[in-house]
Amino acid sequence: MAPIGTVHYLVVAAALFILGVIGVLTRRNVVIILMSIELILNAVNLNLVAFSRLWGLHGQVFAIFVITDAAAEAAVGLGILIAFFRNKETVNVDEIDLLKW
Amino acid sequence: MVFLSHIWLIPLLPALGAATMLFFGRKLQKTTINAVCVGSVILAFIFACGAVWQYTDYSRANPGKPYQNIVYTWLGTGNGATGVSPIQPYGETQPQIIFLTRDGRPAPFQADAGFLLDPLSSIWLLFVTGVGALIHIYSTGYMAHEGGYYRFFGYLNLFMFSMLTLILANNYVLMFVGWEGVGLCSYLLIGFYFHRPSASTAANKAFIVNRIGDAGFLLGMFTIAWYFGSLQFTEVTQLARSGHFAIGDPIITAATLLLFVGACGKSAQIPLYIWLPDAMEGPTPVSALIHAATMVTAGVYMVARSNALFVLAPTSMKTVAIIGALTAIFAASIGLVQNDIKRVLAYSTVSQLGYMFLALGVGAFAAGVFHVFTHAFFKALLFLGSGSVIHAMSGEQDMRNMGDLHKRIPITHWTMFIATFAIAGIPPFAGFFSKDEILWQAWSSEGGAYRLLWLVGFVTALMTAFYMFRLMFLTFHGRPRMSHEVEHHIHESPKSMTVPLIILAVCATCAGWLGWPHSLGGSDRFAKFLEPVFAREAAVFQAEGKSAQLAAGVREEEHTSPIEYGLMFLSVGAAIIGWGLAWRAYREADRGYIEPIAAKAPALYDVLYHKYYVDEGYDYVVTGRRKVGDTRLGVMGAGEAASWFDSHVIDGMVNGAGWITRFSGTLTSWWDKWIIDGLLINVPANVSRVMSYPMRLLEWGLVQWYALVMVIGLVYFVCMALGLSLWFWLFVGFVLLLTIGYVLVRYLIQRFAT
Repeated sequence: MAPIGTVHYLVVAAALFILGVIGVLTRRNVVIILMSIELILNAVNLNLVAFSRLWGLHGQVFAIFVITDAAAEAAVGLGILIAFFRNKETVNVDEIDLLKW
Repeated sequence: MVFLSHIWLIPLLPALGAATMLFFGRKLQKTTINAVCVGSVILAFIFACGAVWQYTDYSRANPGKPYQNIVYTWLGTGNGATGVSPIQPYGETQPQIIFLTRDGRPAPFQADAGFLLDPLSSIWLLFVTGVGALIHIYSTGYMAHEGGYYRFFGYLNLFMFSMLTLILANNYVLMFVGWEGVGLCSYLLIGFYFHRPSASTAANKAFIVNRIGDAGFLLGMFTIAWYFGSLQFTEVTQLARSGHFAIGDPIITAATLLLFVGACGKSAQIPLYIWLPDAMEGPTPVSALIHAATMVTAGVYMVARSNALFVLAPTSMKTVAIIGALTAIFAASIGLVQNDIKRVLAYSTVSQLGYMFLALGVGAFAAGVFHVFTHAFFKALLFLGSGSVIHAMSGEQDMRNMGDLHKRIPITHWTMFIATFAIAGIPPFAGFFSKDEILWQAWSSEGGAYRLLWLVGFVTALMTAFYMFRLMFLTFHGRPRMSHEVEHHIHESPKSMTVPLIILAVCATCAGWLGWPHSLGGSDRFAKFLEPVFAREAAVFQAEGKSAQLAAGVREEEHTSPIEYGLMFLSVGAAIIGWGLAWRAYREADRGYIEPIAAKAPALYDVLYHKYYVDEGYDYVVTGRRKVGDTRLGVMGAGEAASWFDSHVIDGMVNGAGWITRFSGTLTSWWDKWIIDGLLINVPANVSRVMSYPMRLLEWGLVQWYALVMVIGLVYFVCMALGLSLWFWLFVGFVLLLTIGYVLVRYLIQRFAT
């Protein structure tokens, strides 16, 4: 059993990332897409924290920033979603195709 | 001063009578109608006498000053009020009406419901109410068996109200109200028998011809307002006499000529006299009151009222004199041969009005007014007498069917004879004094042209005597020419008709004595009484180098000159010659009698009988009744031609321009739609649209699709960096497969789920 090293973290993060990407690409519910985006961000956070073990605290500081950013993004995203829901009464991305125009 | 300060009651009393008739007349008994309508006019007469009596006291205290009583300010503000003003309903808050006078000065426009009493209006006031009251009394007998009794008296009272407003007004605007009012009543009363087409036509004719005159009056009024900045008689007179205006001032000339157009309409002068003979379609008392004694003298009144202006315009004065003289002889010559008794009197009225204007035109204002005064009595008497004759003759008006009535209706006969003496100018009856004064004034006026006016007046006097005695002899003497049935019914009129005749006969005898001339040992009180109104004009005339026309005192020496006695003798001689000629021709007139003029000069007789074909001429020139084919002649024809020109040429041009515009618009629109829009805009747009389809396939607006493309791009870069291109294509293929499968599944679900 090799000790748990940086690579392990990276693999877990990569798995998380891919899961997030697949969630973003395949799920129809915006809330779940937002959750998947959180997964992606947290995969990145995991990477940052893992690398901070090798190169100092910058990574952890960045991770804090990313968490803050994620919170803000979730807030804004959910706010837009609520506003949109009031207009369209749907959270299904397939029906949110206004960008086409 | 109770009468003077309540002078506004004088017009109001008949107005109340008229209002009563309007609202309740239909339901009232004849006796009630008599009490209200006749009573109101008699009351007005009593008030008028009282007012004039008190005015003489007033004028003794304020020599030469007219009495003004402004009841309230009707238009504009009341700051110019000079008299007693018990009622000021709007006071200071009423907005001012400002207009600019000719010299750019802003003047507040003001017209009051104000009453002015001076010698001039006193005279009119007295004879209008006096003669009016007598004619009202007469009408109760004359109209006793007619329908529309209350309507008749309502109109008469309304007329009295309007006429009294006209003569008591203290400004031109209020005067115009009365002026229009009497015109309306004239129309209503001429058309009293409206079921008769000739009556309603005559009423329309009178109304329309009067409108022409009224337009002149209005324009003259506007000119005065613009030039003097005021329409009050006292102010305008004061300004005109102030010496700021030159004699012959063109604008004053224009204003006075325009006023004279108004006078021509109302007082039946050439060329607007044509309505008056036709006005005889009305009931006879109406002819007496409106179309002989009172209303038709309104033009004379207006000119006399504006004497200060007319004196400043010698051209206008000449026009007035010439028109007056021409009208006098013109109408008299027509009167020579007419057979309808009222028509003779109508032409006589026109002729006498011509005399009055002749007097005014030569500056003899007092003489003109004097003739109005005497004429009111004897012409009213003649008309009422003719009414009595018609009454006796069961409605017959043609003198050819009369004759030998003098024993059957003696009172009518004698009173009418007195009036005939008066109008013919036989002393000592009223007409002699006034007519002689006019002839003398015409003679003694400046220049040879005025001598010609005298000659015209003299010949007219001869004609007047002839046609009047012709009327008398044909009616009352000669052989009876009526049918037996009519003859059987002849009766003297009731007391209500004969008493006014007798009173008027007394007046027609004595009225002239008021103006007994100096040359015959009198004192010419009438002219003295009028002096405050006209005296200054004498001075102006003298200043201009003309012999004074007006104040008798100024020319007292002249007045007693042998020429005057000679002229007097000549005019009396003319009257007696006319009498004699008529006596010789008609004394024994039997059925089929011969008109002397027709025997001697048939062509002349024809022309005179057809009234110089003036009405026919007007048909050619003015009314448009004459046609050539379908085209009217004269003014109306010109109007129709202009209308045709308008609707065909002008409108055609307009329509053509419209059509061209519309056509070019269609063309432009087509060009715009097919060439600009179609070719230049839509084609490139469609090309780009078509070319954009491939790209649009990729851009269908789904966020996740974009994300997928991004991920594919990312994967591509990662694979290329790691040298794993095969893996990348495998990935792409996998994704495509998934996508196609997904789309297919979704399509099928959509298709079959519902």
